[in-house]
Amino acid sequence: MSTTTATHHDDHGHPTGLMRWLASTNHKDIGTLYLWFSFFMFFFAGALALGIRAELFEPGLQFVEPENFNRLTTLHGLIMIFGAVMPAFVGFANWMIPLMIGTSDLAFPRLNNMSFWLMIPAAILLIASIFVPGGAIAGGWTMYPPLSVQNQSMAVDMSILALHILGISSIVGSINIITTILNMRAPGMTMMKMPLFVWTWFITAFLLIASMPVLAGALTMLLTDRNFGTTFFDAAGGGDPVLWQHVFWFFGHPEVYIMILPAFGLISTVIPTFSRKPLFGYASMVYATAAIALLSFIVWAHHMFTTGMPVAGQLFFMYSTMLISIPTGVKVFNWVATMWRGAMTFETPMLFSVAVVFLFTIGGFSGLVCAILPVDIQVQDTYYVVAHFHYVLFSGAVMSIMGAVYYWLPKWTGHMYDETLGKWHFWLTTIAFNVTFFPMHFTGLAGMPRRIPDYSLQFAEFNMISSIGAFALGISQLLFLYVVIKCIKGGQTAGDKPWDGAEGLEWQVPSPAPFHTFETPPTVK
Amino acid sequence: MNKRTLLSLVATLLSFFAINAHAAYALNLKAPATEIADQIYDLHMLILWVCVGIFVVVFGLMFYSILKHRKSVGHQPAQFHENHVLEIIWTIIPIVILVSMAYPATKTILAMKDTTEADMSIKVTGSQWKWAYQYLENDVSFISTLSTSQDQIRNKAEKGENYLLEVDNPLVVPVGKKVRVLLTADDVIHAWWVPEFGVKQDAIPGFVRETWFRVEKPGTYRGQCAELCGKDHGYMPIVVEAMEQADYDSWMSTKVDAAKAEAAGADKEWALADLVEKGKEVYTKNCAMCHQPTGAGMPPAFPALTGSAVATGPIEGHLDIVLNGKNAMPKWDALSDTDIAAVITYERNALGNSVGDMIQPSAVKAAR
Repeated sequence: MSTTTATHHDDHGHPTGLMRWLASTNHKDIGTLYLWFSFFMFFFAGALALGIRAELFEPGLQFVEPENFNRLTTLHGLIMIFGAVMPAFVGFANWMIPLMIGTSDLAFPRLNNMSFWLMIPAAILLIASIFVPGGAIAGGWTMYPPLSVQNQSMAVDMSILALHILGISSIVGSINIITTILNMRAPGMTMMKMPLFVWTWFITAFLLIASMPVLAGALTMLLTDRNFGTTFFDAAGGGDPVLWQHVFWFFGHPEVYIMILPAFGLISTVIPTFSRKPLFGYASMVYATAAIALLSFIVWAHHMFTTGMPVAGQLFFMYSTMLISIPTGVKVFNWVATMWRGAMTFETPMLFSVAVVFLFTIGGFSGLVCAILPVDIQVQDTYYVVAHFHYVLFSGAVMSIMGAVYYWLPKWTGHMYDETLGKWHFWLTTIAFNVTFFPMHFTGLAGMPRRIPDYSLQFAEFNMISSIGAFALGISQLLFLYVVIKCIKGGQTAGDKPWDGAEGLEWQVPSPAPFHTFETPPTVK
Repeated sequence: MNKRTLLSLVATLLSFFAINAHAAYALNLKAPATEIADQIYDLHMLILWVCVGIFVVVFGLMFYSILKHRKSVGHQPAQFHENHVLEIIWTIIPIVILVSMAYPATKTILAMKDTTEADMSIKVTGSQWKWAYQYLENDVSFISTLSTSQDQIRNKAEKGENYLLEVDNPLVVPVGKKVRVLLTADDVIHAWWVPEFGVKQDAIPGFVRETWFRVEKPGTYRGQCAELCGKDHGYMPIVVEAMEQADYDSWMSTKVDAAKAEAAGADKEWALADLVEKGKEVYTKNCAMCHQPTGAGMPPAFPALTGSAVATGPIEGHLDIVLNGKNAMPKWDALSDTDIAAVITYERNALGNSVGDMIQPSAVKAAR
């Protein structure tokens, strides 16, 4: 044993080929795996979305039968949320948290390996469920019973099991991240000196630990209702279909913030770098993040304003939801104040971050409109809501991920990405995104319900515009893939610190970051 | 210039990009037909303009900064990173704005929830994929289903003006009367939504929820199911015709007479051929969506009727499934005795089946 340890220390060697990835306990390798997994799922779920938009290009049924249309919307939602956005953030956490707090790896490297490799059977279950008799899950990503109990296809059970596995992966990963952040910071790095990305992930990990078991409980009740004759959600047996909605959204609303808080962390890293100025209101950013996280547990029933709650419940959930706009507003003001009187340059990561501040705020405002209960009665389950959550999830979460990929690609690969192509990717994405989703505000207000394969003629023009935008958006992402691969293969050599305004320990290690870093912790002043 | 003309101006500008000459670029909520919908419209405009105001100020500053505070114009970075006064101010101002939004919203919510002192009550039952309406004071009930043809949906015929928003039997209500709506569902959750009324309420199986509306002007108002309810969620529209009281009264008396005639029909003895003929009509309207016009079904969710054990087995079992439902098959007890007798007889003597027996409406009545 002592000899292997000695060898290990001599050459910093590690398994090569397939075993390097299967057995890896290295935070950088696992981070890379997460990011590629997420990238693949992003394309897969994006292709499903193009199926949706192809059918909605014109009124009438053209390509997709109604039941298959429901399968497309359901899988698009589930895979984008659990397969693309969440794993991307875990990938960033893996790669960057140890580098940002000056430690050699996560606290539990083997658990980290398990967290990733649990994703694979879950993904196989979800994707394989498309091919079983009875067809893929079709009741929407929210899986409301009795519809999800009525659907006899085993695909529903496979999807439930997939989500159970993903839940375990998330909980294990969160424990790992919390332990790492609390115990392994470099000497001198107090909590209030941590980069904001680390803070947002710290809080996100608590959200995951608190909400994922609730989802698991709801899924287990659904599973037994489907297979073992229980009646949690069936009034005929003394249950209540609305119980599912309460339990699901008690998970579901924190889940929304799980997907946006790390994004806030990412752009809070990028904007100061390219403004060449420290982040404005660091402490208030931390407090605002914590406030959003706490509020996220007392707003869930705003997804259920049309279920017919008592008036006291409706008022409580409207007021608590409106409160969220205060800490969120603080964040937007802080980002603008960070840019104010800086010396800005607009490389691709900065372009993405500025677009996120601008477009996410549109999504925030439409969220406020939805929070006002009487207005929500009109827009609930319409395309207005589809527009709203794509403005927060795509132009909030996904575009911040894209910006952060450009930001750290030089650190990961040792090469500069192609700036011209990066900017092309940014502009194509931003324009196509808005062409796709901005008209949905109008179709929603005018009365088009979501989750329908066919619509009345008054919505035809805007739907055609949305579909054209969606295909442009999808095709633009191939350029992203090309830029990333080109950067991995070569390009201008990046120095240790390619961005002159950047702060943080990750820029003290060479580019590309070597396999082992900070085996001796740095000292933070 | 008021807000609605401003919006229509924007719509006109947008229509220059129209692909066809009849382009309809509706940008906002539909014109309200009730007081509640009117309040919602105004609330939405208030919030919209407040948001636009904040947006212009915040992003005006951001874009000014982007233009002026850039390295390429030689701007030197400041190093400030805190300003407690500023941070407190921009926390307090949103609170004030939110309170000023919450106050009118709360008033509207209290009005929406007040279902007392209604002039009449209608029970609405959602099921896959149709609406059943029951006038509680008049003993009149009927089912309302999509009347757009499959040919239009499948692009084999030109689409009509109210494509997907037209039904065989619209709900009819008098204007100026407070109508209380009691909602439930037979199978999965549906939502009854008429945008012009500002009413959207989930219909939940096993529970009764209530809402209300009072229509101000006579007219036809169209809505759709707003909760994903399976395959044909997109094909269960809602049409409400609001009439002057006198017109409503004469419509209602016709309906009451028809219900009496229907009840009389239930007592008479029918011939097999007559039942099959009527049954075909009932089948096309209610059953063909799942079991298909040919009876081939869409297995495994919707079994075939041609040669099925139920449709060719004992007639009592067939009646039981139609009346009480099973799995994805809803119960059809809202259909009249005559309709049920007819459709069962049709299914046993058509669609490739030839059992040869029949059931009389009186037997259906006895089995309820």
